[in-house]
Formats: sequence, C-alpha cells, structure tokens
Amino acid sequence: MLRRELRSGKTIPAERFARRYMENGFKNRFLMNELKYEVRVMKRILTPEIIEEKRKEIYETIVDPTSSHEQKVTYLARHAENFMTVLDEPEELDELMRCDIDTRCICNLFEGDAPYRPRYICIDFPKFLREGSEFLQLGPAKDFAEALTNLMIMYHNIPSITNYPVFIGDLDELLGPYIEDLDDETVKKALRLWLTMVDRTILDSFCHSDIGPKASRFGYLLMEVESELENAVPNLTMRVSKDTPDDFILAGVKCALHSAKPSFANDEMFRSELGDDYCIASCYNGLLKGGGSYTLSRLILSNIAKKAEGIEDFKTNVLPHVCDVMARYMDERIRFLVEESGWFTNSFLAREGFVRRDKFTAMFGLVGLAECVNLLLEKEGCTERFGHSDRANQLGVEIMDIIDHFNKNHYNPYCEATDHHFLLHAQVGIESDHDCSPGTRIPIGEEPDELVDHLNCIKLFHKYFPSGTGDIFPVDLTVHKNPQYVLDIIRGSLGIDIRYLSFYASDSDVIRVTGYLVKRSEMEKLDAGQNVRQNTTGLGLGAAKNCKILDRRIR
Amino acid sequence: MAKATVNKIISFSSVDGPGNRTAVFLQGCGFDCRYCHNPETIHACIHCGECVKYCKPGALTLVEENVRAADQRTGRKRVHYDITKCVFCDECFRHCPHGASARTRELTAEQVMREVRRNKPFIRGITVSGGECTLWRDFLLELLSLAKAEGLGTLLDSNGSYAFSEDPELMAVTDGVMLDVKAWSREEHLRVTGQDNACVLRNLEWLAAAGKLTEVRTVVVPELFDCRQTVREVSALLAGLGCLDARYKIIRYRPMGVREEYKSLTPPTEEFLQKLVGVAVGYGLSDVVVV
Repeated sequence: MLRRELRSGKTIPAERFARRYMENGFKNRFLMNELKYEVRVMKRILTPEIIEEKRKEIYETIVDPTSSHEQKVTYLARHAENFMTVLDEPEELDELMRCDIDTRCICNLFEGDAPYRPRYICIDFPKFLREGSEFLQLGPAKDFAEALTNLMIMYHNIPSITNYPVFIGDLDELLGPYIEDLDDETVKKALRLWLTMVDRTILDSFCHSDIGPKASRFGYLLMEVESELENAVPNLTMRVSKDTPDDFILAGVKCALHSAKPSFANDEMFRSELGDDYCIASCYNGLLKGGGSYTLSRLILSNIAKKAEGIEDFKTNVLPHVCDVMARYMDERIRFLVEESGWFTNSFLAREGFVRRDKFTAMFGLVGLAECVNLLLEKEGCTERFGHSDRANQLGVEIMDIIDHFNKNHYNPYCEATDHHFLLHAQVGIESDHDCSPGTRIPIGEEPDELVDHLNCIKLFHKYFPSGTGDIFPVDLTVHKNPQYVLDIIRGSLGIDIRYLSFYASDSDVIRVTGYLVKRSEMEKLDAGQNVRQNTTGLGLGAAKNCKILDRRIR
Repeated sequence: MAKATVNKIISFSSVDGPGNRTAVFLQGCGFDCRYCHNPETIHACIHCGECVKYCKPGALTLVEENVRAADQRTGRKRVHYDITKCVFCDECFRHCPHGASARTRELTAEQVMREVRRNKPFIRGITVSGGECTLWRDFLLELLSLAKAEGLGTLLDSNGSYAFSEDPELMAVTDGVMLDVKAWSREEHLRVTGQDNACVLRNLEWLAAAGKLTEVRTVVVPELFDCRQTVREVSALLAGLGCLDARYKIIRYRPMGVREEYKSLTPPTEEFLQKLVGVAVGYGLSDVVVV
C-alpha cells in the first residue's frame, strides 16, 4: 500500500499518513519521508485585536528586566507558537479555557497551540550510555568521566515543555557500574562538579533524577554530595520498597533536611501500575522510561464547581461535560503531535530508539479538589471542610471516582502504553492559582492539627494518580537529631498506599514549592527586581505570594 | 482497670525517644524543679474553678460533683473538661493559683491505647512522660503491657524518683527509661528540685547496668547548679559500665513555659553547651546531642 501511494505521487490525507506511519514508520523511515501528505488548514481566526494583544505581550517579554536571556527566548518561542491555529479543537473549549481566570475550567499549562515536541520526554539512558548516538557523534561511554560528559551532552539535546530535560536518569543504576574501581573522594569530587554543572545549565527545576529502591554505594555518595551542595536542580526521588534498607532511607532523610530532596516514592505502588520501567520525572510524575507524556491539561475543579447548582448537578452534568471537552482537546493535541508535527519521525531521539512512540501516554490533570468540595457543600448549606470531616472527604472520593471512571472509559489511539487511557495526575498548581490548592491537597493554613489526621486524609486520594501526586511536609528542626522520626512516617505511609512524600527542614534555603525546588535566597533576589538563573524561581515567588507556600504547618 | 490523670497525648512526637512515638503525659510530679517547662503538670487540680473564668471557648465548666450512691449530692463542684471544645490557648493553667491544670482527663489504659492505635502504622512505640509517670505505677503497667502486646516499643521518661530495680514486673514491659539527671550533689539537687537525689543516681547506675537506659537528659541552667559536674559524673559512670551508646541529651534551658518567678534564669551560651558535649564525648559517649 505504501509503495503504491508513493508511486502515484499523490498527496494523501494526514490521517492516512499517520496510519502508514504506524504500519511502516520504524522500518521504512526513508520511504516515509518521500510520502506527501496534505498540510492542515488554519482552524481558528485571529482577529486584529487578538494579534495586537499578542504583539503587546511579545513587547513585554522583550523588555522584562526580571527575565534572563534564555527565559526570553523560551517565552518568545511560545508567543510565536500561539499565533498558530492548527488544532481542530472542541467547539466548547474556548468558553472553558480561553476565558477569565476566575471562571476557567480547563487549563493547558502554557502548552502552545501547535505542539512540536512531547511535554515530558524520558529517554532510555542506559541504551545511550551503552551504544552512544549517531546524531551526537558519541560512542559508548567507557568510564566514569565519559559517562558524565556524554550524559551532559545528551541533556542539552532533550527538549520537553521546558526546553530542558525533565528526567535525567536513574543515576545510581546508570553511573554505579562506572565507579567500582574509583575511591569515594574521586567520585565525590567529580559528582560535585557535574551536579553543579547540571544546576547551572539546566535552568529549570522541573528536572528529575531517581535512585533506589536498592541501596547502593553510588546512592550514598550522591546524597552526601547533594546535602553539601544545597542546589535546587536536579530534583531527586528515592524509590522505596519493603526491601529498601532503613539505613538508605535514613541517608535520604538526612539529605532532605539539608536540601529538601530526595522525595520518597512508593515503589511497589508505581511498579504495580506502570511496570518495572517507570521513572519519576518533572515534579513527581510517574511515566515510562523510553517514553513520556505527550501533553498535560488540567481540570480546575474549584471553578467547575462554581458552574454547578449543587452536588448532583456537578456530578451528573457539569463535571462529565468538562472532562469530555478536555479529553477531546487532549486527543487533538496528541493527534497533531503524532501525525503532523513530525517529531516522532524526525527527532534523533525517536530515530535512534531512545524513545518509542508507543511508550508515551498523556496526563489528565486536576487541581482544586479541596475548594471544589467545600464550595459544593456550601451550596448545600453545609459548612464541613475538606480534610476535616468524613462527609467532605467522602464527597472528594466520589468526585475522584467519577473522574477515574470517565478516564478509564475514554479511548485514545496513541496511548497504547497505558491501555489507551490517559493517566490521572494531581497537578501541583501554578503561581497564578488562587483559592485553588494543588491536586487533592488540603489547603495550606487548613492542615489538620495532627499529622496523623493529615496522612489519613491524603491516603484516600493518592491511589488515583499513577502519573503523580504528592504531599509536602516541612519538619521542625529538632528532627535533625531524630531522622528516624521521618523514617517511621515514610514506612507507615507507604504501607497504607500513600504514593509520594516530601520533607524539608523548616529553616532550609532550598524549599519545595509545590513539587519543584527553589532557593529562598534566589526568590528574594527576584523579588528585589533582579533576574535570576532558573525559570522556576519566578514560579516559586508567585506561589509564595499567591499560594502561601511559606506558611505550611510545620511538623 | 486503673485510671490515670492524663494531661495530654501527642500523637506524633519527634523529641520523646528514637523515631516517631506517641507521647502520653501524666499529671503530677514529686519534684518541683525551678526551671520546669511544664509547671502545670506538677500538681493535681483541686477544682477551685478559678480557671473556668478564663476559658473563652467553654471547654472548662464547673459542674456539681456526682457521688456514687444514686441521688446523693455533696454540693461540691468539679471542673469538667471537654477536649472537643478546647483550643489549647493555655489561659487556664496560666491563671491557676495552684500550679495545676484542669485540662486533664481521667483515662484507663485501654482508653489511652485506643488513641494510640490510630497512630499505629506511623509510630514505632509509645513514651509515657509527665509530670512523673511512675506516680501512676499500676496504670503504667497496664498501658505498657497493652502496647507491648500490639508490637509497640515502650519507653518511660522519668525524674528517677522511683526505684526501678525493685519493680521487675514493670521493667519486663519497659524497653527503656529516659532519665533526667539534674544536679549531681545532694545539696544542689535539693535546692533545684526540693528533693534528694540518691534514688536518681541509684537508678542511673542500675538502669545502665541492666541495659534499660535509653537516654540521659540534663537541662543546663548554669546559675542554678554545677552542670559540668553532672555531665562529667554521668559520663564517667556510663563509661565505667560500658554503656557508651545511650544517648546523652544536653538540653538548653529556655524560659518558655517557665513560671514567672524563675523566668529570669539565664540560658547557657552555645560555647558552654559545646564544652559539655566535649566532656561527654571525651569519656567515649557516642551519641551526645544538644537540643
């Protein structure tokens, strides 16, 4: 069929091209490049007013004193992308997404209007170190120095929504084999330099590395160096299973009290849902290695609740409608990315097999469950609050069941990796959110007095989110003298299917904002009008002002 | 079942022994330490009702006492505490003329255990503190036995006024004791606490030798007693018994919670505290911390 179409020299519809691509793409890549397919037409009309508004935004970006050069380039690219109207969006989308912030029900998290790379890309790093890359003109890494250098080169060539890599590998598994013949000091010196380079060149803390669940010499050395450096990048997760030794977790806790990382992930839970090849990327997102996520949109539940007359109307009409529109919007974004953008054909990452399209999925996100529940109860004349009453928590569970049920019944052709469904994601919020808590978290300032009640509430919700959720606890300084306190809480939590926990010392410079890390000292500089290195510092400052992240209850 | 007057239960505590523990504070103490940070736990409530005036949320109320025999009333009043209304503003004991707290509950060991059970997946054990927990010996035995039967660790936090060596039954269900050692000399101890310290020192030696000494604590108040002597003598004794891995917690005196008349005591300098650490470490103690 492919050869016949080629011989005919005719242009074929994009959908059919995609089908051919699926059938032949990987083995007949060069033939595929010969095949012509029709270019999409523009779907929406941009009025002169909208264009003028966009030009104003571009000008503001150019003259913004608080953005560094790299940040401006990123924002300008996004402005350019947003002049495009190539997506065949659901008709109902505009009123739910391109509207006033207080009524917005769907948010695409600044993904542009013409997706040209997947949002999260988690490449197969072991393959890269083993085989090298033709495109990057690198051979297999033979020793520790080569491995570190090759990784650094690769990092610069991985796009993602941030234009930086969101996953930089299972560092213990990747680098452990290279340090067998080296002494501790040599390894630590090299790691110190390498991690400093990562922090100063990957200018965005949605960048994640993983270790565990096995203890390893490399893991211990990494945590020793991380607690010295107190850098915001990269983020770090320790996978914890029943077999992870206490001592390794304790090393993690001690490191976290200095540098707010690692966070602790429930290995058994992720493994049972995603298989052995999962990684934690960006904030805390469970995704497949050698794959990733095409896209992430989120339901703003707090605003969706405003549209409902009461609980029943919310459950049966309003929520299912918004879920449906968002899912169709995500379907279209994925279709464009896979079928038209050419990324999966042209990027060397796909061409050389560092990612496979069929290991990608997409993330169906949500925020503001707490405020949604509270508002719906208010509409019914009930003053009980999410996180504090069984009735409120139960309503939260019922809402999650509806969203989960919707997602399990929504079919996307390109999400084979996860049985053709998206993965639910408790999104961590953005700096402009107000009266809208991340994912299913209890609002800051309303945390239950007792940590045990807090944990018993969050355990109701963690199970819904294979592509990530998490809760954050600043802990009192005295815990420095008793890190076993945190260890006990981690063990207890993972035993009752809590998925992901983060801790930091209440006086730490590096703090966890909502999922990512920033330095308080850098936020202060930015607040004083200076530009700073990392994109995420700005997000952190916004969150400190709008989302009260500095006021969490200390445990 | 024996009841105890429970001052408070902290579900997750990071400062009452290793790991995460539920800490149970019992009311009443035979010592009257001048620097006591919780003076409201020293005496028993006499139900004078003074605190009720200061309880804004109405958690404390004065009710008529019910005696056992039906329909007999003494006419005496009792302060009743409703924990569900309490906002923990501490106004009640701040105004208590007797150094007591009416914010307490009479609970059986099983009732306490019911509150402990909620925390079970997250804790490695319980710590019973005070006041002085050993004043409630029978209750203690029941509570620790229940905890042990459910796989929880058991620690006591004590001022050392109870002869542990003479109570093998209690010791059988106690994993360890965290012992307060204040002034080393008898005279100074009398001045600081109003009591003799012979029993405290006997306990120190016996617990260390029996492998039941989890932690020694000394609150450092330089102008009140010779702190260096305490740290030196305790360390020497532990070293002599080969008990080098018991934690020695050197606690900085802070005026928080302390009664007005003793608030003027000066907290120790960091330099002095580090000198004390040096003394303990010098004797070979492996786990010395300052809090």
